[in-house]
Amino acid sequence: MAVMVALVAGGDAAADGVEAVRTRGVLRWCGDLQGGEPYVFQDPRGDGGLVGFEVEIADALARALGVRAEFVQNDWQMLVPALERGDCDIVLNGLEVTPARAARVAFSRPYYGFSLTLVVRTADAPRVHGLGDLRGHRVATLGGSLAADVVQAAPGVRMVLHEGVEEPYIDLEQGRVDGVVLDNIIAARYGLTRDGLVQAAEVGDGTYAIATRPADATLARAIDDALAGVRSRGELRTILERWHLWDGRQAGIGETGSATAVPTPRRLQWHDVRLFLQGAGVTIVISVLSMALAVTGGLGLSLARRYGSRLAAVAATGYVELFRGTPVLLQLYVLYYGLAPWIALDAFTAAVVGLGMNYAAYEAELYRAGLDAVPIGQTEAALALGMPRATAVRRIVLPQAVRIALPGIANDFIALLKDTSLVSVITVVELTKQMTITAVDLRGWLVPGLLCATLYLAMSVPLSRLARRLERRLAPVPA
Amino acid sequence: MTTLEVRELCSERGGAPVLAGVDLHVGRGEVVAILGASGSGKTTLLRSINYLTPFAGGEVRVADERLVPGMCERRDAARLQAVRRRVGMVFQSFQLFPHLRVVENLTEAPRRVLGLGVAEARAQAMRLLERVGLEDRADDYPQRLSGGQQQRVAIARALAMTPEVMLFDEPTSALDPSLVGEVLSVVADLAAGGQTMLVVTHEMGFARRVATRVVVLADGRIAEEGTPAEVLDAPRSAATRALLGHASRV
Repeated sequence: MAVMVALVAGGDAAADGVEAVRTRGVLRWCGDLQGGEPYVFQDPRGDGGLVGFEVEIADALARALGVRAEFVQNDWQMLVPALERGDCDIVLNGLEVTPARAARVAFSRPYYGFSLTLVVRTADAPRVHGLGDLRGHRVATLGGSLAADVVQAAPGVRMVLHEGVEEPYIDLEQGRVDGVVLDNIIAARYGLTRDGLVQAAEVGDGTYAIATRPADATLARAIDDALAGVRSRGELRTILERWHLWDGRQAGIGETGSATAVPTPRRLQWHDVRLFLQGAGVTIVISVLSMALAVTGGLGLSLARRYGSRLAAVAATGYVELFRGTPVLLQLYVLYYGLAPWIALDAFTAAVVGLGMNYAAYEAELYRAGLDAVPIGQTEAALALGMPRATAVRRIVLPQAVRIALPGIANDFIALLKDTSLVSVITVVELTKQMTITAVDLRGWLVPGLLCATLYLAMSVPLSRLARRLERRLAPVPA
Repeated sequence: MTTLEVRELCSERGGAPVLAGVDLHVGRGEVVAILGASGSGKTTLLRSINYLTPFAGGEVRVADERLVPGMCERRDAARLQAVRRRVGMVFQSFQLFPHLRVVENLTEAPRRVLGLGVAEARAQAMRLLERVGLEDRADDYPQRLSGGQQQRVAIARALAMTPEVMLFDEPTSALDPSLVGEVLSVVADLAAGGQTMLVVTHEMGFARRVATRVVVLADGRIAEEGTPAEVLDAPRSAATRALLGHASRV
């Protein structure tokens, strides 16, 4: 409960202002290093420092305010919540000015004007001249971006959300999607550099601006003034030119002051709940399919380990160690993106296979413990009756081992149900991902979070009951 | 006519000899009680006969097959199964299958190994359960039965394969004394019915009443062999005398 109160209270956000920044001597700015070059990223020369055109803008603003700039890392989709929570004073990281955002934060004048570039495979270029030509196709973009709004608004286009700037173009190359809409800066660096991808059209434009908390009116004004100064002195142009970002579009950007709007957060609507239920459905389907894979795969592994040839046993042991000893997130990345040139699985299949292969390693260990727990005398009794070894295993040892392993397997199923949230990294929108998408739209995380938690509980509680009933039914002696 | 022949059987565990050249011929219908102090090799002898414990030297002829050292479960599966189909075994700790009902314990091997149909296997199982006095417990799980009842089921389970030879490995050692009688009387009935059997036991009275021959093992060799009267009433070996002295004190 205390945690929730802290979440609601949201730190000392309202107390800040330009005075607080000056007193502290530090301007804290939020961004996400995963956005990569040229925004803000780790210095490739490897001294641990940060570089990027936004780093230079932040430094210039801080200088103008007479303070020092300090970077605060956050997931890009979480930048606004981080600002609201008081993790930083401003957000300066390719944050597009949209009506929804303008209702939540105060924006400075823009510091960059961009266009939204639709990139397609060269082969498709002759017939694709805009999103209208991709009706019924899958188009990738970044979650929570202006580009996502544009793709979502395009009739008949199915949107696929990524979290990094490189992955949408990998998916495009692999044919998992048929178009990518992202800011021209990103397209030029991560998409059009690939052979076989070309620009099909510009499907919109927008501006990046600096966000502050609406309550920090003095800071908002100070930042806007500082940016105006940086711009009029030509510093902004110098920075953008150094990063090869200056183009004709920039000349008219940022001449006028900031657009301030009154925050009117929208509420959770029935439409959101329906999307949540859809997400929960995806979660269930992925859980069931990957668990089926894990349970059968684990059985094969444990049998190979115990009864297989030497080679099979070594291979099975190696498999278990590999998949237990590395993060499932890494395995999902490798399976979906790393192996893409050879095995191009679609996201859903990759999610099921990835989780299934990972959990198979754990199930194999549960079966092994179960097999170990069946007394050797049971095998001997079966063999003494003339049963072939395989029959003895299948009919006598395994049924007992499975009963012993069952509580653990049921437990793993519940864990798997929650681990499905990881597959959002390979663009599958399941329950948790749906929650983060909605939470960005709404003003807070608490209501969507509670709704999401409720749905998880609605799935896991009946499951654990079912598991207990199954256990009782399978037990040799009814309790 | 010889049903079972053991020749020069040698066995070792961890480099130490357990059996040091045992010869044994068992004719059809014979009931052989095997006596001996613990560690004398009784159980190993019994488990060598169906090759649950591989042996190092000698041979076993049983069920038209010849078992020799170095056989392996995987490679020699067919021969081992042929032997085990026709040699029944009853363990000290019953080893009923806990996940199967009593009747299923009896039908599993006949169905999977002999290919009996469900009805046929069940009818046979019910006849056997009747024979050991447990037909009313057919649909119980083994854990619901007393130790003595479980061992009677285990005997019926072995009989379901209509074995030529039955091996009993201390069938009453794990039982509460009050339950020993019911198991021994089932074994005695079998003996009276002409079943060939080897019984490792500590029950001298049982050996005297039921066995046609008594074999005393000591240090992995046969110390003495003869009719119950010869061996138990006029023991010639020190091992037998020690065994009887010990037994009478109990």
